[in-house]
Order: sequence, then structure tokens, then C-alpha cells
Amino acid sequence: MALYSDVIRDRFRKPRFRGAVEQPDVSAEDVNPLCGDRVRIQGRLAGGRVAEARWSGDCCAISAASADVLLEMMEGQPVSRAAQLTTASLLERLDSDIRPSRMKCVALPLTVLQAALGSEVRG
Amino acid sequence: MSLGEKTRRDFPILSRTVNGHPLVFLDSAASSQKPIQVIEAVEHYYRTSHANVHRALHTLGEEATERYEAARDAVRAFIGAASREEVIFTRGTTEGINLVAQAIGRTLRPGDEIVVTEMEHHSNLIPWQMACRDRGAVIRAIPVVGEGYLDLDGYARLLSPRTRVVAVAHVSNVLGTINPVARIAEEAHRAGAVVLVDGAQAVPHLPVEVAALGADFYTFSGHKMLGPTGIGVLYGRREIIERLEPAWGGGEMIKEVWIDRAQWNDLPWRFEPGTPPIAGAVGLHAAVDYLGKLGMGQVMAHEQALTAAALEALAPIPGVTLYGPRNPEMKGAVVAFNVDGLHPHDGAALLDQRGIAVRAGHHCAQPLMKRLGIVGTLRASFSVYNTAEDVARLAEAVAALRGDL
Repeated sequence: MALYSDVIRDRFRKPRFRGAVEQPDVSAEDVNPLCGDRVRIQGRLAGGRVAEARWSGDCCAISAASADVLLEMMEGQPVSRAAQLTTASLLERLDSDIRPSRMKCVALPLTVLQAALGSEVRG
Repeated sequence: MSLGEKTRRDFPILSRTVNGHPLVFLDSAASSQKPIQVIEAVEHYYRTSHANVHRALHTLGEEATERYEAARDAVRAFIGAASREEVIFTRGTTEGINLVAQAIGRTLRPGDEIVVTEMEHHSNLIPWQMACRDRGAVIRAIPVVGEGYLDLDGYARLLSPRTRVVAVAHVSNVLGTINPVARIAEEAHRAGAVVLVDGAQAVPHLPVEVAALGADFYTFSGHKMLGPTGIGVLYGRREIIERLEPAWGGGEMIKEVWIDRAQWNDLPWRFEPGTPPIAGAVGLHAAVDYLGKLGMGQVMAHEQALTAAALEALAPIPGVTLYGPRNPEMKGAVVAFNVDGLHPHDGAALLDQRGIAVRAGHHCAQPLMKRLGIVGTLRASFSVYNTAEDVARLAEAVAALRGDL
């Protein structure tokens, strides 16, 4: 498995969920203490589901790809689903040989999403 | 044969491969590799002479003490200190700065000022923040201007009778700028302040004569200058450290002890509580001998040529931004750069895939990153064992970076 899988390269070059949500219902931002990278996630909710979500920020390709597949996984899903997601579910989607030193890059968007949705942050 | 080609065979690690490529090690500013002479000196010490130093009445203890104190003499000569009493062994640069910041910190009064620079490594900033916080003192910073030089007019305006300490890097670990330490010290002394110089990025790369620089304290690490980890040096000018209370207590730093008080030991042991890094000192001795044999003037010329070649090779690559002075004679063996659209951590990971080790991130200099308006940089740094071929492989890989992702 490559360090930068096709999924990561593709999402880095052509993110599908990068941007902002007009009049968001929820929003959160956090920083990766390792590198100072910043990820912000905004979302619009409807009927207990994530109707629309977008991410923005200054971050590496791994965080960017992680944020992008995360929001794809969450779109249309019940808000409660966010609490069930783990970095393992993201790693599966990213299909990449992520080193321990970069695991925080994968985890950051999930932490931000869970904070945005006010759900419990799981380890 | 260049100095790099001649010396690299002394460094066993350089013959290994990384991710299927011959290793190109360009992260010596973080920690240098070790020549066989240093590795064998440490091994020989452990095999033949190890025991605790000082107060030992047996042969091994005497041998260990001899080696430990011989290392002090070698370091004294290497950095041009006036006497061995001025050479204090520490665990590294960070400990040296903390020692001074805590010892002087206890004498700070509310409103006293510590002058640092915007280009300091966190290790020459946080200890001062802690000292100031505890005593109601204030930190001021000399601005960084232009290509990465200190604003010396701004510095002059910062100095006042309230200035107690001026703490400055000799060479920036990001920009590579060689700061005019002698002039900075002279002006600080005129204002009645003491001067601490963080020499971590200078001693491994250029001739340093601490007495001539006028520094009151000068501190550096063994592991960045071909020596082992866990050993460092704090030079302290005798008139200053004679009057300085020790920062930390313990065995070894005392002459006589009662239950409620103690009499301090002589210099330099007064500042070396506990069992010191003996093997580290032995290894540092070997490193100092190694560098001394090469000649620090030769080392500097060799690394400046590599820095010049790297600046020249990287500058024309599309999307590359260089940080720090463009004149290689004004800088140490460090080249910081970014590639447009590429996070430095991704850049470093991709270079590692090609066997090239560089540093990426904020380099423990977040205030400087904020000043430059960036999250971080890539950083290639050189040592005695690097060659023109290393620079060529770096430039080739950097040119390919954007296609790699």
C-alpha cells in the first residue's frame, strides 16, 4: 500500500466537500497540535440528519482527504452517526499506509466534526 | 576529493538505504549523524572504564573521572573559553538555557525585561517566559526584517536600564541567519544586561570563540555536532557564574552539607548536580577531536558551498519559495523552503519516499512562522558528510514533488 494512495491524491487534487455552508446550523474548528494545521467544518441540519456539510482549512493532503471522505460518509446521515465513526473507518476509506506520526492528520477532521455536531468525542 | 566525500565513509549510517534508495541525510540541524570515531569512543568507555565520576576511590572511577574531565578540557579549547571552570556539562542546549533562566530568573523584579528575538527556537523563549511569569518581568523581541535579519535599530531601542538579559540565537535554525552576536553583546553590556547565546546551530558549523564574542553564556548540544545525545555544554563567563546561585541541587554540586543548609562546590561542578552524562562527554570529546582535525574553517567553507549550491538549485524550481538570507555567506548550513500548494509535511513524506530526509513543520519557531505568515517550511540542513550529489538529488526530487501528489 502506498503512503499517498490514489484516494488521497484524488481527494487532495479534487476535493468534493471543500468550501463553506451558507447559514450553517453547526460549525467547529480545531488545530492539530503537531503541525498547527487547522480544519473547520460547517453543516446544515434537517430532520436530525446532516443535509449539507463542507470543510475548509490549511492542512496537509492527509487531513484534506480525511475531511473530504468523512463528509461524504456523513452527508444525508443521522447526526448520531458521527459518534459511531472512528479513525479506523476513515483509514479504510483512505486505503493508505498511514504512519503513526500522521495518524493525527487523519483524526483531526473527525474530532472537528464530532465537536460541530455536539456529539461525544470518542478516542 | 571534497570534504563531504572524504568524511562520509566515517559515518556508517550513511551507507544504508531508505525506501529502496541510498539515504540522503539532510536533517543535521535537528541531529547530526555520528562518525565511527565517536561510536567507538563511547563503546570503548563502556567496555573498559565505566564507573561513577568524582569521589571514587577505585581504578574505574578514577579512569571515568579522568575521561570526563579531559572532555571538559577539549571542549574548553574548542570553543576558546578562558578556563575549564567556565565549561559546564548539561544534557543539551535546552537544559543550558533553562539553567540560566532559572538561576537569573530568581533575581528578576517586576518590570525587568528580557530581550529575545522573533527568530528564537522555543527553547530560547519558553524558559524566559516561565522566568518572567513567575517574577512579573516582561519579554521584548527584536524584530526580524528583510530576508531574515535582526532589526538592530529596533534592538537598540529595546535596550534600557530595565533590560536584564539579552537571549539570542547565534544562527537561526530556520532562516540560517548568522546574527552579529559580538555587536549585540556589546550593546547589551552597555545597557548593563547579560547576554546568553544559543549556539546550537553555530558550534557544529563555524569557528566559535566564546571569549571573543563577548557572550556571558553560550550554550550548545553535543548531538548536533557529531556527538551523542544527552550531552551539552553551557559556557558561563567566570565573573558571572561565580556570583550565580545554582539552579538545581543534588549530589556532586556541594562541598559540605548539613541538614538545613549546604556549601556549594567549586566551579564548574556547582552547576552539575547528579551523575553527569559521562559517556556523552567522552563521545563529545571524540566529536570535538574529529571536528578539530577537519578544521572548523574548512567545515564552514564546505557547508557554505553546499548551501550556495542548494539555494541556486532550488530557486529556479517553479513554485519554490526560499526563506532566509540569499547570500550564503550570511547564513549557516540551513535552507528553508516551501513548494506552492504543498504542505511541508506532505513534502517531507514524499522526499522520504525517495530516501531523502529533511525536516518539515514549524521547527520549534512558531513566532517566526507567524511573522512569516506560514504554517511551516521544509528544511534541508547540511553537515560535514554531505556532498554536491546530495544537493543534486534534493533539487531533482523537489522539482518532481508536485507531480508526486
